[in-house]
Amino acid sequence: MVAPCIQCGTCTASCPASHAMDLSPRRIVAALRAGQRDTVLSSRSLWLCASCYACVVRCPSGIPFTDVAYALKREAARTGVDDRRGSALARAFVRVADRLGRSAETELLLRYWLSTNPLRAIAALPLAFRLWRRGRLSLFGRGIVGRQDLQRMMAALERPGSGA
Amino acid sequence: MSGRAFSYFPGCSLECSNRAYDASTRNVAAVLGIQMPELEDWNCCGATAYFGVDEARAGVMAARNLALAEARGHDLVTVCSGCYLALGKTNHRLAEDADLRRDVQQALRAGGMDYRGTVTVRHFLDVVVRDVGEEAVRRHVVRPLQGLPVACYHGCQLSRPHGEIDDPEFPDVMDRLVGWLGAAPAPFPLKTRCCGGMLMTTQPGLGREMTGKLLLAAKAGGAHCVATACPLCQVNLEAYQRAIGRERGEDCRIPVLYFTQLMGWAFGLGSGDLRLEEALTPARELLAGLGATP
Repeated sequence: MVAPCIQCGTCTASCPASHAMDLSPRRIVAALRAGQRDTVLSSRSLWLCASCYACVVRCPSGIPFTDVAYALKREAARTGVDDRRGSALARAFVRVADRLGRSAETELLLRYWLSTNPLRAIAALPLAFRLWRRGRLSLFGRGIVGRQDLQRMMAALERPGSGA
Repeated sequence: MSGRAFSYFPGCSLECSNRAYDASTRNVAAVLGIQMPELEDWNCCGATAYFGVDEARAGVMAARNLALAEARGHDLVTVCSGCYLALGKTNHRLAEDADLRRDVQQALRAGGMDYRGTVTVRHFLDVVVRDVGEEAVRRHVVRPLQGLPVACYHGCQLSRPHGEIDDPEFPDVMDRLVGWLGAAPAPFPLKTRCCGGMLMTTQPGLGREMTGKLLLAAKAGGAHCVATACPLCQVNLEAYQRAIGRERGEDCRIPVLYFTQLMGWAFGLGSGDLRLEEALTPARELLAGLGATP
């Protein structure tokens, strides 16, 4: 996917978060082509990609870097070198969405804070209160009716021979 | 256009934290005569966060919604840019990638569903501008927005990466719409720069920096409010204005409205219909003040 890169740096220049990354998007692509996969997978850059696709629409070589970042996020989680906060939030999201069929903001954030830094929950209380006063915060999410169907679908995806 | 029907996909954020977006969307659609009953028992779109963990499962999440819409015989319309992209991207992938299509179809069948690929995913902003159009929108304006300067924040996932609605770099679909409502789009060069999305939770300092740039750019362009087409953008832009203002030593307060609230106000709907009182940075006064000096 990254072979046609010409190392022009348009991705890095377009990225609104690249200044906070240890490896910029351009350098990630260079490292991938140089076979330095471990360097890439252990960088703190991957979860700073917020999937805004600015790099993708500008890349002169047509490299979909956002999708490259998605694939690297998944690989980093699988290979165990990954303990980033972004990854913790994404995994908390998946747990909530799998359980209810929908996201539920309060449960998602509580799960995230419990798995990272519970003290963060205290810092969030003033904003939570302002939202609650305006009816914009609820403690519990509602699950969908077809929860069991959805779980059957997910199970079918995992079955050997299903091609997944 | 009236008579065209859609299945409406609100998305999880609109159930609580952004229910004003939901209410204003439904009420504006009713004024325009767009039939869009809520898609029954919809589930998570397979959001950005899910794609970063498991692509196939995220695909199944999205595909169940597409299958539900197909069974109703309607295209799917949403007002969340994140849902719009997750559902639309999966729809494209299913058409292009035979392996993914086989896996997802097999999964859907295990849950008693099927998807043949006939649904188109639309953003409500695009439906209003493209399908309803200027003439019909203008016809419903009973309370013009009196040249209100609006920073039209299109955000990232509305037009990227596919650019189906408008130019991926400099869309002006929302600018055109607010113009029809009698407002004046303010210069806003950062209109598609990312608000930070989930980084506001995982990297709060970086998130506030990214959002702060947008707020200051909107104010520098002379805007009196920001309009958004995405619930996550709305929360990021509105909820941290105090903290960002303290950090930067500048006044970052500015109302952040959904484009549907601006439409509804221009159409003569009440502040209750649009849930304007749920804004963290007061917005009702701004709109109510427009009529005071006609």
